[in-house]
Amino acid sequence: MMTYIIPILIFAGLGILSAVLLTVVSKVFAVKTDERLEQLQNALPQINCGSCGYSGCNAYAEAIFKGEADANLCKPGGNKSAGEIASILGIEVGKVEQQTAFVRCGGNCEVTKHKYVFDGTQSCKSSNRYYNGSKVCTSGCLGYGDCVAVCPSNAISIKDGVAVVDPRVCTGCGICAKACPNALIVIRSRRQVYEVCCRSTAIGKVTRSVCGSGCIGCKLCEKACPEGAITVTDNFARIDYSKCINCGACEKACRVGAIKNILCV
Amino acid sequence: MEYILILVGTVLVNNIVLSQFMGICAFLGVSKQMKSSLGMGAAVIFVMVCATLCTYPIYILLDKFGITYLKTVAFILVIALFVQMIEMILKKVMPPMYKALGIYLPLITTNCAVLGVTITNVDESYNLAQSVTNALGTGIGFTLALLLFSGVRSRIDDSKIPETFRGVPATLIAASIVSLSFMGFSGLIG
Repeated sequence: MMTYIIPILIFAGLGILSAVLLTVVSKVFAVKTDERLEQLQNALPQINCGSCGYSGCNAYAEAIFKGEADANLCKPGGNKSAGEIASILGIEVGKVEQQTAFVRCGGNCEVTKHKYVFDGTQSCKSSNRYYNGSKVCTSGCLGYGDCVAVCPSNAISIKDGVAVVDPRVCTGCGICAKACPNALIVIRSRRQVYEVCCRSTAIGKVTRSVCGSGCIGCKLCEKACPEGAITVTDNFARIDYSKCINCGACEKACRVGAIKNILCV
Repeated sequence: MEYILILVGTVLVNNIVLSQFMGICAFLGVSKQMKSSLGMGAAVIFVMVCATLCTYPIYILLDKFGITYLKTVAFILVIALFVQMIEMILKKVMPPMYKALGIYLPLITTNCAVLGVTITNVDESYNLAQSVTNALGTGIGFTLALLLFSGVRSRIDDSKIPETFRGVPATLIAASIVSLSFMGFSGLIG
């Protein structure tokens, strides 16, 4: 009989001892966490993109909580997150400027060609190691979808060999911009409609020979712009959005179709 | 000399993951990145050494009443209690360390590698110092296996693998090859 009772007693004792120990420890070493901090963390999208300037959503939540950061820095969360944060903390929060990613390349299968068939690991990074990618143009979209793979909201797809961002889905987090080997992806305000879809630094003649829609640096847009917002440097045009008024004169002036109304793309 | 033998034996010859096949779950789960495998390794070393210290007196107690056949149950209870306690204490006393190890600690609570170490200690009838050395060595062996395999995995991610083998199958095959390489150490110590 004792052979059954002793183990039971010992284990019951051990169990009770553990329970008491755990209870005591949890009381003595209790850490006070403000429940508002947890709410803040839940209000953020938790994709840890880092576009707010903090190392992750939880770090940003902590910074807001301590009053070190403004509550409207989260781009993927947008006004929804900012509104939730405002109601949790009972503070006024400014509007979040809605942003979207955009791939500045128009070099699809119709206008540019492949110089070799790339049979390696299907990623932009590895393709870029061999002669700057398989396309003839060395500064355009490589088309193997590194940005597609990293996008947390599945907003990017490869169409005709060029990555295209769906602005309706894009949250503007900027993770894709870091993944692009040619730094073609820009995070831009949604209100700015016109964009130069080429970053080729080669001279006009070379660009023309490799791509049908590449910017050749002809400066027609520069002359057409009534506000002087466009400048051609490094053989391609850039738009200064502090001056741009969305008039569309540059799009009409461009002979190669490198300037596009991105709402129509 | 004896302690060095135990250390070398547990780290290389009888590596807990690659030769004894314990803790495979954590091995496959956490070895995706070098950084997380280091964190997990540190947590495992820590827990193994402390669990050995905890279970040693428990075993003496069980031995006294002649119920050592219940050691597995008792050890699991003690280890789980201990890990929970450590987690709470760390959270209060050393927040940076809690952040570094925190997510891995609950994973280890019911890890068979930790239980395996304590059982080995008993089976080999080690004394306290030998037990601690054994636990330390096993923890280091686990960390080594994790680190080596995270390197292998980063290569797997970059290579072109047939569709059928992508993901877990490729990882398991790679693990078996790494394990095979550790067979070379057998016979190092008698």
